[in-house]
Amino acid sequence: MTAILKLDHVNVVYPSTTGGESVRALDNICIDFQPEEFVVALGASGCGKTTLLNVMAGFIPPTSGTIALKDKPIHGPGKDRGVVFQKHALLPWLNVIQNVGFGLKLQGVGQKERREIALANLNLVGLSDFETHPIYQLSGGMQQRVGLARALTSDPEILLMDEPLGALDAFTRESMQELILKVWDKTHKTVFFITHSIEEALFMATRLIVMSPRPGRITHEYDLKFCREFIAGTDTRKIKSSPEFIKIREEILAIIHGEELLEELG
Amino acid sequence: MDILGRFRRKKQDMPVDSYGAPGSGRSTLISAVTIVVLLFGWWLVTRLGLIKPLFLPAPAQVIGKFEKIACTRYYLEGLWVYLGLIDTPKLECAGFSDSTLLEHTYWSLYRVFSAFFLAVVTAVPIGISMGMNRISRGFFDPLIEFYRPIPPLAYLPLIIIWFGIGEPAKIILIYLSCFAPLAINARAGVRSVSIEQIHAAYSMGASKQQVIWHVVIKAALPEILTGMRVAIAFGWTTLVAAEMVAAKAGLGVMVLNAARFLATDIVFLGIVIIGIIAFMFDLLMRRIERALVPWKGKV
Repeated sequence: MTAILKLDHVNVVYPSTTGGESVRALDNICIDFQPEEFVVALGASGCGKTTLLNVMAGFIPPTSGTIALKDKPIHGPGKDRGVVFQKHALLPWLNVIQNVGFGLKLQGVGQKERREIALANLNLVGLSDFETHPIYQLSGGMQQRVGLARALTSDPEILLMDEPLGALDAFTRESMQELILKVWDKTHKTVFFITHSIEEALFMATRLIVMSPRPGRITHEYDLKFCREFIAGTDTRKIKSSPEFIKIREEILAIIHGEELLEELG
Repeated sequence: MDILGRFRRKKQDMPVDSYGAPGSGRSTLISAVTIVVLLFGWWLVTRLGLIKPLFLPAPAQVIGKFEKIACTRYYLEGLWVYLGLIDTPKLECAGFSDSTLLEHTYWSLYRVFSAFFLAVVTAVPIGISMGMNRISRGFFDPLIEFYRPIPPLAYLPLIIIWFGIGEPAKIILIYLSCFAPLAINARAGVRSVSIEQIHAAYSMGASKQQVIWHVVIKAALPEILTGMRVAIAFGWTTLVAAEMVAAKAGLGVMVLNAARFLATDIVFLGIVIIGIIAFMFDLLMRRIERALVPWKGKV
């Protein structure tokens, strides 16, 4: 099967601004995303997660290496890769449905069709009652749901989510995790999701990649099935408190702490 | 006593106030009280004859002057004639400096607003291009930053030498004073757009033109409007200087001529009218702001 998105030996080096050493943000990254995979990148800040997402979205060109979407190399951003940001990405001069239909408007889709598609996606995230609300009156969780609906509206091959739940409170966060998994199940999209919450990463991923900083690289990979259990109907709390979940959580914690310790020892 | 009581009660009602953001709460009442006290003080001081009318004319005297040079009775009489209530008009309209107050006001409004309009249609696009384009910023930045702090009166002679003493010279002077705040605010507005908004638009398939038009300019709108509010205030500030140049009518001319005859009441009148017009326009701009950029300060 062709990979949806394939990164081949991708390096990103930021030239130094202060005259010191240049920064290797990404070091020799190779990943391929299979259809309907939910790939989660986990790591402490500065490990290159966001750079990785920006390279995949096309916002940053790699210093070397290639990125291909269904075997075609990508140059710059495009609507085949939908992006959900942590915050500040909605357009406050547009209301909810205008934000969701914004991409279609740019492509010259007619008013009626635009509304239809946008409403369907709003429905998917459970916000169809808020169609005409102004963005700035919505809560943080609702704004992220609008962001998700907007990214889905272009019907992208892959959804790139850059810590979409990072700014939310713990309660909203958990219900948003469930919502995103349900949307993933319904739309069969391939997802790349960044987080620095171990629990969130384990719960949501079909494949988990653990990254570590200086230089930014992938150190561990896990194939997981907790999200499948949730889709099959198991209760979230039951999954997150199961012995296997806790075992792997502690294992990853140990890895990350071990790296921090190594780092301190130099 | 009731007013004092209201202040005291408010303090008790909001215990969090002492540790809240400094300066929160409504201030309308305090503003109203300030104005009333000021007007009353003015009336009282002149009533008691503490200051000679040459230095501070009584409110009634200023209002009387208003009636005279605005020709309110003359116009009223004209209305009576029109309605057929009286046959022939008897009153004459004197005005001041060969023009009625209405004519003075008209000329000043014409100068300020045509200069303001020209400045908006030129400075805002230039400011936007400065925010988005390295070359444009490099070109305009030193020019604007150089002339901006210079008082208009200082380059007024140059304007006269270059453009003569007609209307263009006056409008150019006001135009220049409006230009800098408009351009600088538009530039800052462009800078305020978040990188996430731009990235989001690109990943929805936007072209560069679409990003500029649908994202950058919209995001800059609140600060462009702020720039307009600042600019029009500068415009009024420069008006009197502009009308020093051989103007026949205008509120600035009226004030300058009145000062020459020590007609303090007319000086007062001119100042108050300029103040009221500027204030009304600012209120209008605030309304437009609320209607056009309701998200301002909320995201």
